[in-house]
Amino acid sequence: MKLSALDNVAVALRELRAGETIRVDGTALCIERDIAVGHKLAVAPIARGEVILKYSCPIGSATRAISPGEYVHTHNVESNYLPTYTLPT
Amino acid sequence: MTSDDATRLRGYLRGDGRKGVRNILVVAYLVECAHHVAREIAFAYRDRDVHLIGFPGCYPNDYSLDMMQKLCTHPNVGAALLVSLGCEGFNRHALARAIEDSGRPVSTLGIQATGGTRKTIDAGIAWIDATLPWLAEQTSVPMDYSELVIGTICGGSDATSGLTANPAMGVAFDMLIGAGAATIFEETGELIGMENLMASRAARPELAPALKESVAKAARYYATLGYASFAPGNADGGLTTIEEKSLGAYAKSGQAAIDGIVKPGIAPPRKGLYLLDVVPDGEVRFGFPNINDNAEIAELIACGSHLILFSTGRGSVVGSAISPVIKVCANPETYKRMRDDMDVDAGRILEGRATLREVGTEIFDLVARVAGGERTRSESLGHQEFILTYKSFEPLGPSCLAV
Repeated sequence: MKLSALDNVAVALRELRAGETIRVDGTALCIERDIAVGHKLAVAPIARGEVILKYSCPIGSATRAISPGEYVHTHNVESNYLPTYTLPT
Repeated sequence: MTSDDATRLRGYLRGDGRKGVRNILVVAYLVECAHHVAREIAFAYRDRDVHLIGFPGCYPNDYSLDMMQKLCTHPNVGAALLVSLGCEGFNRHALARAIEDSGRPVSTLGIQATGGTRKTIDAGIAWIDATLPWLAEQTSVPMDYSELVIGTICGGSDATSGLTANPAMGVAFDMLIGAGAATIFEETGELIGMENLMASRAARPELAPALKESVAKAARYYATLGYASFAPGNADGGLTTIEEKSLGAYAKSGQAAIDGIVKPGIAPPRKGLYLLDVVPDGEVRFGFPNINDNAEIAELIACGSHLILFSTGRGSVVGSAISPVIKVCANPETYKRMRDDMDVDAGRILEGRATLREVGTEIFDLVARVAGGERTRSESLGHQEFILTYKSFEPLGPSCLAV
């Protein structure tokens, strides 16, 4: 689900499987890896350094180029305020 | 709102004119050294509205004294038993005086003066046995929404929190404000990124820069400490950055104009929507502003909150001493796993089984029932978490509240 027309990411309302193709606002997107409910995917090409928009609000910047359909999370986005802490694996 | 709702609210009238939706006897330890004795006293009464609170430190601190005074004279509290070791820095005289001046029964037991652990436990139990019948004789009176203060918090957030539970609680907040209640949202550290949007909702022009500054203060504070208010579980749940978490957290505040800023221990002066500025003033001292969700809940309660609306996506189980916590579950999968802990299933919105407005109305109705005496899930399960640590604040700035 795309939350706002300006957004370059959408939110998964169900679990998405790698390889499936979904349509968001008329655009076909090929899912590159499994995406859990609530997690995000790109709905437009995003350049390195570009701002990620969700609900029309900036939620961080891309740390590398992201293709449509690609999973968007801490591996390719960073905060513009404070770093995100995750448990070491 | 129907007239039925208005008559359903019941409160215990206190000496200061406020009304409480519960009639709690608090047992308060004034240093960690008195914690065990206080816990032993309160334990036997844990199903009889006797709650344990306390402060662990031995050094004096204005904030913690003010917090304890506000908590022990909270409208939901009917009586207080203070348990002191005898040599700690906490000003037990000032606390006992504030409770006594409020017209509530209070007793201070010094463990050293009473003769140790066993004698103090016995003395505490005797005091509670004598005080509970007195509390039971008090009857509640009708209460109006304009006498109600509601706080909101989110804990264990995931990416569903901002889609379901938080905006549904925002709908409930709008309805509560419409009915005349005062509402408080909080955690400026989880509003980082939302400062400009929030400032645009200021009820008065001079409030807008103060709202922005409260978030800027939080950003400075957390930057010094090296971590945002962001737990590993937030990222596991699909939240990528603090500003994305903030976006969801901000939705709890609903659509109303923001009427003012309060700090811990300051009650909203009238109906409306207030931001609780939880980040200490001045240089960074004493560590993280709030070390967990219950530290924030305790501050919302110290601001007079009768009830707390708590949204969770990952699945928090906490309740609180003094004020009931209503748990709104954002994530349908979490609800299936942990439904015994949840009062409201907001994940239905994600599944298309309910609208935001329907769930918001359900929360609004539940507030009336809980204020009328119905027990929340966390209350029924015996949750009475409480924590209080060191902080320091300056007085509210001149633009924070309307004159």
